[in-house]
Amino acid sequence: MATRETIILDQPAITRALTRIAHEILESNRGTEGVVLIGIRTGGDHLALALQQRIKDIEGVTVPLGIVDITMYRDDLASRGSLPVGKTEIPFALDDKALVLVDDVLYTGRTIRAAMDAVMDLGRPRTIQLAVLIDRGHRELPIRPDYVGRNVPTAHNEQIVVAFDQANHPVEVRLIKP
Amino acid sequence: MVFRHKHILGIEQFTREEIHFILDTAESFKEINSRQIKKVPTLRGKTIINVFFEASTRTRTSFEVAAKRLSADTYNISASTSALVKGETLEDTAKNLEAMKPDIIVMRHNASGAPHYLADRCDFSVLNAGDGAHEHPSQALLDLMTMRQHKGRIEGLKVAIIGDITHSRVARSNLLALQKCGAEVRLCGPGTLLPTGVEQWGVPVFHRIEDAIDQADVVMMLRIQQERQGKTLLPSLREYAMYYGLNRSKLSLAREDAIVMHPGPMNRGVEISSEVADGPQNVILEQVENGVAVRMALLYLVSGGEQLEV
Repeated sequence: MATRETIILDQPAITRALTRIAHEILESNRGTEGVVLIGIRTGGDHLALALQQRIKDIEGVTVPLGIVDITMYRDDLASRGSLPVGKTEIPFALDDKALVLVDDVLYTGRTIRAAMDAVMDLGRPRTIQLAVLIDRGHRELPIRPDYVGRNVPTAHNEQIVVAFDQANHPVEVRLIKP
Repeated sequence: MVFRHKHILGIEQFTREEIHFILDTAESFKEINSRQIKKVPTLRGKTIINVFFEASTRTRTSFEVAAKRLSADTYNISASTSALVKGETLEDTAKNLEAMKPDIIVMRHNASGAPHYLADRCDFSVLNAGDGAHEHPSQALLDLMTMRQHKGRIEGLKVAIIGDITHSRVARSNLLALQKCGAEVRLCGPGTLLPTGVEQWGVPVFHRIEDAIDQADVVMMLRIQQERQGKTLLPSLREYAMYYGLNRSKLSLAREDAIVMHPGPMNRGVEISSEVADGPQNVILEQVENGVAVRMALLYLVSGGEQLEV
């Protein structure tokens, strides 16, 4: 059966969404003091890098950027098999920081649950905030994002794909219907 | 890549890609060992039993540390405290353990093939922690991880393995792993400690340590296993130390940046002199450190669901 693809965000739209999210992060944290970005592998790490650049363009400050791999914290090892484990790279202390988790697509919330457990094993941030490019709904846990690029109502059998180019810049977001 | 092995019985079951995949996984787990809170919930609720029919401090502790850092529940059985001394067969011991529903059994046994025997008969995953003179896969993997960290590659490395090749499962597993990964292995030892048919293993065999070490990138010394051999294989330990022991002047024949490895426990003054064992080129404690990471990777990789039996 043929699948149907719709581009729901193109590159300029992604750029505008990330710029807005960068402004919102700065607004609600009153600047960059204590703000650290943690991207969730893979996808969220590239977006976190883009947000770091936007924040630098706006405030002239490079906020610390880390990457978390949540494979070790997943709750579906028995059903998914052993996925490759990536590296967690957070070369700074998280205690008392305003930690912004960054992911590409928010869906069930299970990835975010795992990411929160992972970062809290590494320190005690003052707050954990959540920035996502796409919120597609269907939460299975009581988790909500603080910063959203675009809310996209979806069905379970649809797919959201955030495409990156070879330099890991986001280029478009596609909705794939079965 | 999906890892599809329920058991880790020996290096012989792996391809080169799988070996590097295990090492990559171990690199990711290594970071946990330097955290303040050295624990992740990955294997929460899994039951791991360490069954050691042979004495071991390093390997058993390493497996136990690895399992606990992944939040698994671990239990230890050693030969002296088990029913094995009461005459129970290996299969009966295994079936009784199986009735307690463990997920993984880590086993060391003095008989080659003992873990394979269990793997064929039981439901749980079996990790070979050393079987007789056959294989010791986790040791070879931690050795390759240490080499890769220092040299940036395995392929093309000149690796001299020196000592009691006949009785050494470490040598056998390392030889297999290094050959699969494209290293250039040389074996060296006195004739009495080289297995018959070693010429057919496809690697150069030397009787003089100086020839084996020449321009080597890695010098791996093996322990003289006094408990495993009869009295007749070596005239004396002093003579062995003189001809086959690694000291500073012999090591100077290797490449300047060569690393010195030893699987432990060391017989200082026999196969390795203290000046080398404590010298700047030794990576012996790094091997131990990497051992925990490699064993975390192996426990994780056999725990995934829906795997095919290999």
